[in-house]
Amino acid sequence: MSAVAEQTGQWLEEFTKQAAVAPWMQQLREDAFQRFAELGFPTTHDEEWRFTNVAPIARAKFGNVSPVACVLDALAMAESSVAEAYLGKLASFRDNAFVALNTAFLLNVVVIQVPRGATVEKPIRIGYAGIDGAHLAPRTLIVVGADAHCTIVESYSGTGSYFINAVTEIVAGDRAVVDHYKVQREGNTAFHISTTHAQLGRSTNFSTHSISLGGALVRNDVNVVMSEGTEATVNGLYIVNGTQHIDNHTSIDHAKPHGTSHELYKGILDDKSSAVFNGRIIVRKDAQKTDSKQTNKNLVLSDDAVIDTKPELQILADDVRCTHGATIGQLDAEALFYLQSRGIGKQQARSLLTYAFAQDVIDRIQVPDLRDQLEKVLFEKFHEHAR
Amino acid sequence: MALLEIKDLHATVGDREILKGIDLTVNAGEVHAIMGPNGSGKSTLAQVLAGRELYTVTGGQVTYDGKNLLELSPEDRARAGIFLAFQYPVEIPGVSNMYFLKAALNTVRKAQGQEELDAFDFLTLVRDKMTLMGMDQTLLNRPVNTGFSGGEKKRNEIFQMAVLEPRLAVLDETDSGLDIDALKLVAHGVNTLRSPDRAMVLVTHYQRLLDYIVPDFVHVLSGGRIVKSGGKDLALQLEKEGYAGLGIADDEEAA
Repeated sequence: MSAVAEQTGQWLEEFTKQAAVAPWMQQLREDAFQRFAELGFPTTHDEEWRFTNVAPIARAKFGNVSPVACVLDALAMAESSVAEAYLGKLASFRDNAFVALNTAFLLNVVVIQVPRGATVEKPIRIGYAGIDGAHLAPRTLIVVGADAHCTIVESYSGTGSYFINAVTEIVAGDRAVVDHYKVQREGNTAFHISTTHAQLGRSTNFSTHSISLGGALVRNDVNVVMSEGTEATVNGLYIVNGTQHIDNHTSIDHAKPHGTSHELYKGILDDKSSAVFNGRIIVRKDAQKTDSKQTNKNLVLSDDAVIDTKPELQILADDVRCTHGATIGQLDAEALFYLQSRGIGKQQARSLLTYAFAQDVIDRIQVPDLRDQLEKVLFEKFHEHAR
Repeated sequence: MALLEIKDLHATVGDREILKGIDLTVNAGEVHAIMGPNGSGKSTLAQVLAGRELYTVTGGQVTYDGKNLLELSPEDRARAGIFLAFQYPVEIPGVSNMYFLKAALNTVRKAQGQEELDAFDFLTLVRDKMTLMGMDQTLLNRPVNTGFSGGEKKRNEIFQMAVLEPRLAVLDETDSGLDIDALKLVAHGVNTLRSPDRAMVLVTHYQRLLDYIVPDFVHVLSGGRIVKSGGKDLALQLEKEGYAGLGIADDEEAA
């Protein structure tokens, strides 16, 4: 048996055990599984996966468990025709084995539809929980009509060793305003792979915030496709310690003119943790007057933590403004001394400065209880790890 | 017993010796001015007293309130009542001035056996002190020193000193970069804090500050040693004749 077949063999067994679904979905599952079997799990020879070795996922055995989402404050779940119209057409499984694997295990898809012109005041909350020994393939489809406003909070958590392979697709109509949050607080021995794909309309105002705190091995792909005059904010915060590894790959595709994108990813690394940031900005030939800014900042608290950061700019238009910058630094010794000289203990000073580093990403979170909860989590986390 | 007693203090940064045997005694209630040309070691002395790890003490003793000061961490020195007003106050984005100062005040109060202040009492206290320093109250909600003008930063230092009420305040070139109005405000703040149980050490390059804060003693530092001590008249003599008049060249070495 080939290596790929060996890896995919156990998945075939789980695949064939699945409960039946509607014929269109069954077809999609089969196409996706076939593609997964062809691709196999990526290796570090794949450029996109150079710094992230998913062999621990490929080697492990998980029992497939259909995800049960907990959805709060949602409008009525959409009809299945919406799912049929969009599923598999946004996040492509052609080149991404994990999207293919997720699609092969489609069931209990969470579909949220916000009608044209509607404003959903309260955040729509979707929570997924990992279960020890399980593979879960959460699939979320969010379809926001033109001129509609909504806020979506996706959260992931769990205990034990499990594998969450999530795909979220967002379609936003013209002039819609969508704030999306994904908060990942997986258990310390969990694997978390996710793809968020946003297809944005004209003059849409979209923000997505990826907060990653847990998991042993984490990979987040965020793909944003812009239209004319679209404004997008793509933010992220990752905090790792121990031997955690997190890989954030983002892609912002300025397909049409007059788009604005602001990207800010911040990372805090301690102990022997490692992180990857790869930010791709595509400005297509037609996308004149694009204004794009990308920033990745990393705070490294130990000697053994490793960060690989890489901007990837593909600019084909000539009348554009694109800036990018990445920094890797330690706590500022002068600031530490300043705090200490006022009586604040070294430990507290360290946690205060670490927390302050993350502050601007947290400040941009517009859901008050989520921000408060995060502030609390971060404060405790830094207090615990400050030395 | 002297509040601060420095004996034959030597300190280095890297391989370079900057302090080459400082002797200084400061009693409670006294204001000492330490003057000297650039590179004489004035700022190094101030930072060594506050416990900056960048400098290594290679010899001598510093006794504060009967205790060996050199054994204490920077935070323990602050808790024991030592305050350094920085020459270059550090900007700390992401930490609000209010949070910072409340945390500082309560750690110092706790260490001194006083009750910690709640948010209400804290605000009442700081409002008075802000008025004293002519400071805009919105500065409290801004991140520490971030985006402050040079004058605002220096005033913020004296404001912190007014809140923390130290027993020994070391002011490192607090006058540098201030226009005359800001200088008067800072001097007023400092003078208000003069008291029989508080000592102050003013490190300065120019005599100008001493027109507004009149010292009891003036010391001239040169080449890492105190070469001349006297009363406030010594500062006036320096103003008239310059360091050269005392036979001291400027910029002897970088500090």
